[in-house]
Amino acid sequence: MIKGFLFHIGRYILLMRQVFKKPEKQSIFIRQIMVEVDNLGVDSVGIVAFLSTFMGAVLCIQTAFNIDTPLIPLYTIGFVTRQSVVLEFSPTIISLILAGKVGSRVASELGTMRVTEQIDAIEIIGINPATYLIFPKIVAAVIVNPILILMSMIMAILGGWMAGIFTGLVASSEYVYGIKAFFESYDIVYAMIKTVVFAFLIVSISGYHGFYTKGGAFEVGTSSTKGVVHSSIAIIVFNLILTNLLLS
Amino acid sequence: MIEAINVSKSFGDNLVLDNVSVRFDPGMCNLIIGQSGSGKTVLMKCLVGLFEIDSGKVLYDERVFSKMSFDEMRMIRQEIGMLFQGGALFDSMTVEENVIFPLTMFTGQTMAEKVERANFCLSRVRLENVNKLFPAELSGGMKKRVAIARAIALNPKYLFCDEPNSGLDPLTANVIDKLISEITQEYNITTVVNTHDMNSVIEIGDKISYIHQGKLWWEGDKDSILKSDNAELNEFVFATELTRKLK
Repeated sequence: MIKGFLFHIGRYILLMRQVFKKPEKQSIFIRQIMVEVDNLGVDSVGIVAFLSTFMGAVLCIQTAFNIDTPLIPLYTIGFVTRQSVVLEFSPTIISLILAGKVGSRVASELGTMRVTEQIDAIEIIGINPATYLIFPKIVAAVIVNPILILMSMIMAILGGWMAGIFTGLVASSEYVYGIKAFFESYDIVYAMIKTVVFAFLIVSISGYHGFYTKGGAFEVGTSSTKGVVHSSIAIIVFNLILTNLLLS
Repeated sequence: MIEAINVSKSFGDNLVLDNVSVRFDPGMCNLIIGQSGSGKTVLMKCLVGLFEIDSGKVLYDERVFSKMSFDEMRMIRQEIGMLFQGGALFDSMTVEENVIFPLTMFTGQTMAEKVERANFCLSRVRLENVNKLFPAELSGGMKKRVAIARAIALNPKYLFCDEPNSGLDPLTANVIDKLISEITQEYNITTVVNTHDMNSVIEIGDKISYIHQGKLWWEGDKDSILKSDNAELNEFVFATELTRKLK
């Protein structure tokens, strides 16, 4: 098992060395990034907005129900919702959801290209397939995921505000005060650093599994599953490492 | 000219190619034939560098391809066209975009020039009015022809065809064979065709290399193959009742 793990780590590093080589043509590379921004980012806006709004609403209601003493001010609801959303929910949980959506897409796309010899065809033409196929996806995810996560934060806080108002658990002024209270801009920086690292992990790990797919349709499915599972595990592990490094 | 000298390749303990030395000459169709699992596809993938060889060397016009770095190989690969067994067309691109792809990557041509070249290549393989179709909308034979058009877009010096007739009816297979032969002679390309189709052997086999159990077993041309007294080759060539009767 350890031998297999080390084999995959070694091959992953070698693949990344191939990925980060100079692209054949800058104009094509930029066009590829734009296509991937659309594929990986714009396509995810709906699901991220939906999940964030409802999760923010749930956070607000749960916090309100856990405040059972008048000694705790009601603006705590807004404060706790913001802190939970900014520090953990948006960067980590949304990244895990994106690992499922984007990771499976990347792994199955590359896996299908591998088993239908399209990657071999790219290589035979004289193009580095790792750079051509994976590099633009990584760049696109690193650009677009922070935007998605910022949007998620806004939607979740708005969701919490709506839930607080409509259920009558907290007044708008108190929630908004809580949102602003004890705000530290470093929390956003911390969330963005995590998001960028997670974006890289999602695409590179899923890309790795897709790129080295062998076999047929069944194996493409297996690669897709492995891409999602392994990138999710990597996100959880790196979440702990980064939190320890950046907040301690 | 392409040469493989003492090429060996194994996967784990399984020796697939055993000291194979073979030469492929320009301006003719060089066929690699053999039973399924004999090692002919592995040999072709070793020739184009998709598999790394264990020992021996591969030369392209005296240039030692097998010892080259990835970046050096890429320069040679721009002189290579390859027709894959399944066509390997980029399924998210139209026919025209598929043919234009190598031109976009390696030439500074304008879009109009690239489209003109794509149209020429497509007409060369007798395909017209398919530019805007996607590979999924094409028949098997049409896919192969688009793949040939893409392979010749950059005027290659070397053309590799892996099982060009697999999955095609005899008439369409014959059209593909003739196309490969015509293009080879017209542009004086070194063409290597991997096949187990005896019709192709008789149709275009200018030079034939028979691979058996990972070894080069026999070499000759389409005339001598029918007269050979090599037992294993005869078993392969005259495998069907029809060919035995013809003999």
